[in-house]
Amino acid sequence: MLLAVVVKRAAMALLTLAGVAVVVFVLLRVVPGDPVAMMISPGASAADIAALKAHYGLDEPLLIQFWIWIKGVVSGDFGVSITLHRNVAAVLADRLPATLELAAAALVVAVALGGSIAIAGTLMRRTAGEAVIDGLNSIMLAVPDFIWALALVLLFVIAIPILPLTGRIDPVLAEGFHTKFYLAESIVTGRFAVAGNILSHMAMPTLALALPLAAVIVRLLKQSLKEAMVQDYVLLARIKGFRELRLVLQEALRNAVGPTLALTGVQFTFLIGGTVIVERIFAYPGIGNLAIDAVINRDFPLIQGLVLLFGLIFILVNIGVDLTVAALNPRLRHA
Amino acid sequence: MFNVTRRQALAASGGLLGTLLAPQRFADAAAGNTLNIAYNVNLPSFDPDIGPSSVNPTIQAIYRSIFDQYIGQKPNLSFEPGLLTGWGWNDDKSKVWMDVRQNVVWHDGTPFTPEDVIWSIQREGKQGGGNPVSFIWAGIDNFKTDGNRITADVKQYDPVLFKWMAFLTGYVLPKNYYEKVGPQGFEKKPVGTGPYMVDAYEGDAYLRLKANPKYWGGKPTFETVVFKFVPDATSRVAEIEGGSSDVTLEVPYEEYDRLRKTAGIKGVCTPISDIGQIFITNGGIMDDKNVRLAVCHAIDKDAIIKRLLRGYGVRIDTLEAPEYAAYDPSIKVSHDPALAAKLLAASGYSKEKPVKFTIQTTRGFKPKDYEMIQAIVGMWRNVGIDANIEIYDIAKHFELRMSHRLAPAAFYNWGNAIGDPTTSTGFAMWSKSPHSAWHSDDLDAKIGPLWGEKDEKKRIAGWKAVDRYIAEQCYILPLLQYAQPILYKSDLKVTPNVSGALQPATLISKA
Repeated sequence: MLLAVVVKRAAMALLTLAGVAVVVFVLLRVVPGDPVAMMISPGASAADIAALKAHYGLDEPLLIQFWIWIKGVVSGDFGVSITLHRNVAAVLADRLPATLELAAAALVVAVALGGSIAIAGTLMRRTAGEAVIDGLNSIMLAVPDFIWALALVLLFVIAIPILPLTGRIDPVLAEGFHTKFYLAESIVTGRFAVAGNILSHMAMPTLALALPLAAVIVRLLKQSLKEAMVQDYVLLARIKGFRELRLVLQEALRNAVGPTLALTGVQFTFLIGGTVIVERIFAYPGIGNLAIDAVINRDFPLIQGLVLLFGLIFILVNIGVDLTVAALNPRLRHA
Repeated sequence: MFNVTRRQALAASGGLLGTLLAPQRFADAAAGNTLNIAYNVNLPSFDPDIGPSSVNPTIQAIYRSIFDQYIGQKPNLSFEPGLLTGWGWNDDKSKVWMDVRQNVVWHDGTPFTPEDVIWSIQREGKQGGGNPVSFIWAGIDNFKTDGNRITADVKQYDPVLFKWMAFLTGYVLPKNYYEKVGPQGFEKKPVGTGPYMVDAYEGDAYLRLKANPKYWGGKPTFETVVFKFVPDATSRVAEIEGGSSDVTLEVPYEEYDRLRKTAGIKGVCTPISDIGQIFITNGGIMDDKNVRLAVCHAIDKDAIIKRLLRGYGVRIDTLEAPEYAAYDPSIKVSHDPALAAKLLAASGYSKEKPVKFTIQTTRGFKPKDYEMIQAIVGMWRNVGIDANIEIYDIAKHFELRMSHRLAPAAFYNWGNAIGDPTTSTGFAMWSKSPHSAWHSDDLDAKIGPLWGEKDEKKRIAGWKAVDRYIAEQCYILPLLQYAQPILYKSDLKVTPNVSGALQPATLISKA
């Protein structure tokens, strides 16, 4: 049964990606901005311009260009980046781990922070403490990630300079890695000083991304917990003499966490989208930063590869969330 | 199995936290042998001769750190020997000669030879090879070597050929190494003859260079140079203010003024070869000379520089900055709103019945670009011009300009680091150039003969006459020469470069 669902979703995913491929390819050719126009010299003749177009394969009819590109994509060849002079697949493979580590760290922080605050708010319901938490949460929710980023820069780089601002790791330490998952690799190999340095670089972008997501989690989880706390099974546990914390953690949380989990999964994809601006501010070398340069330079092969990658991540995360929610909720499993 | 005890976990956590908050990251790097530069652009590619990066002026400081150009350039834009120690034309300009520097080695230890020079020029000149200015390099051919002297036949005379050898894509690459590793191999491990060697690189993050001990120009001051790619101006300000970087550039003028007065930080802000200008496109309302002249006379450039750019900029009335070869200070376009109104009235326009058109501008591409255009539109309104502002990005600007579809007025920045009139007035105004906006036979007739003019004095005088004619006709609206703000720690000495390329090997030293 589960296998059939997975196969069906995978087929849908492939169709969606094919649609994304067509849309991005056509859109790039329709919107203004020609990569060759951006690099030709003012003295270039028509022949020079034609030669440059041919060099980048932009002289062929659109259908032929699309056919060449999509044929390559199917065989894993996404073409060569116009600006980076490197295979797009290799570039994406280089940059994706940085973004995944950042997004994963932000997710962990958001869940831990949001979950803790939601539980604290539930424990303090109908007190002044709850009002304070709701007020703070509204601020967290209202402020976008890039404003958090700038506020954190002011605090931890200018006022109390304890965190490095840019990059993923101190350039002096960026050696001896076998993978691009710097944080995971340094922890697994026991290079804790290096891991610490990486974490110090990730601290601000992680927080900037995590705070708005944490606020969403607080709002939803706290509401779900509130509703659960008046259910019969919680009342029964209370009559049995369970303490309030145990009631929340052991009885209410498990039943209340479903909607939060589903929403967190969806928000995770937005969080990866949010890395575009945050990575720029912190000069963090992930796919978000790469995407901005690619768009500015109208690097068609790179933009196409990035959009497909974002699409794939979006689809995979959604499938993962659906399967997780189904696994946790037997009613959905058989739906 | 990997077992961790509670004690080990605690110790590791303590170590992590300690490293996280360790203060040594902010030690005065300049006092040591490492120079950290918070740089305003990323380095997309290591190939200085092929692709979009090769013609990006803001990257040249990095390329000049790793590679050498055929001909060098001083901070005042004058030329000096580079990998060529001598160069010139024969009397009838049908041949060129180039003397190649001896006792130079590539970063991989192999000797630099005249073959590298010939191969580089041929690679750059190959049409369809990816060099955006291949037409320059394709102008010479049939190379011959005699010892360290190279001679070649001139296929098409270009008086600016040798100036281009110090300009965009004028870099020498190692023939044997490049042919051995190929383009992608070269991107992974670039080799040059420059003062610094590539040590580590992470795109969009940093480039770490180490000093080339065998550099022909002497070992550089700093053992290690780190270019941190920080495109966000606010982050660059924080980098220098927080002490994480030793030098940064292209910060907002307000921040520059604030930080240069801060203890431990110095600043320098001098004019560079970047010109802010408004392209005038013909074929519409701008065909009316009265409207064009009114557009030019209505603008108070001095006020814009003083009030919007805090005085950092130089007013200009032609496309030639004071440092350029064809600069003529006698060419002036006055700020005269009354004259502008009178000219408009002659064409039937007034404040009540204004002439209407669109002006395009970037926003955030250059300092206060959008605000400048807002101010200009306000000045125009006072004389009877109602301009609608349209924001575009650089990619759109290039495409529209190439296809002669820009709005009647369009703001853009034009760099010209070799200061020759062909690379400013010439390419911006010659109708055959894909980057010109005003296309007219009268102007082409004046510009045409200058491209191949062999008498240098006559050539420069000719361009000055063209500039005067353009100013009289208002075929383009030059606004100002930008100034480049540089902030640096006070234990450093920084020499500004008119070209804007802040290469650390020659321009940054210990105070």
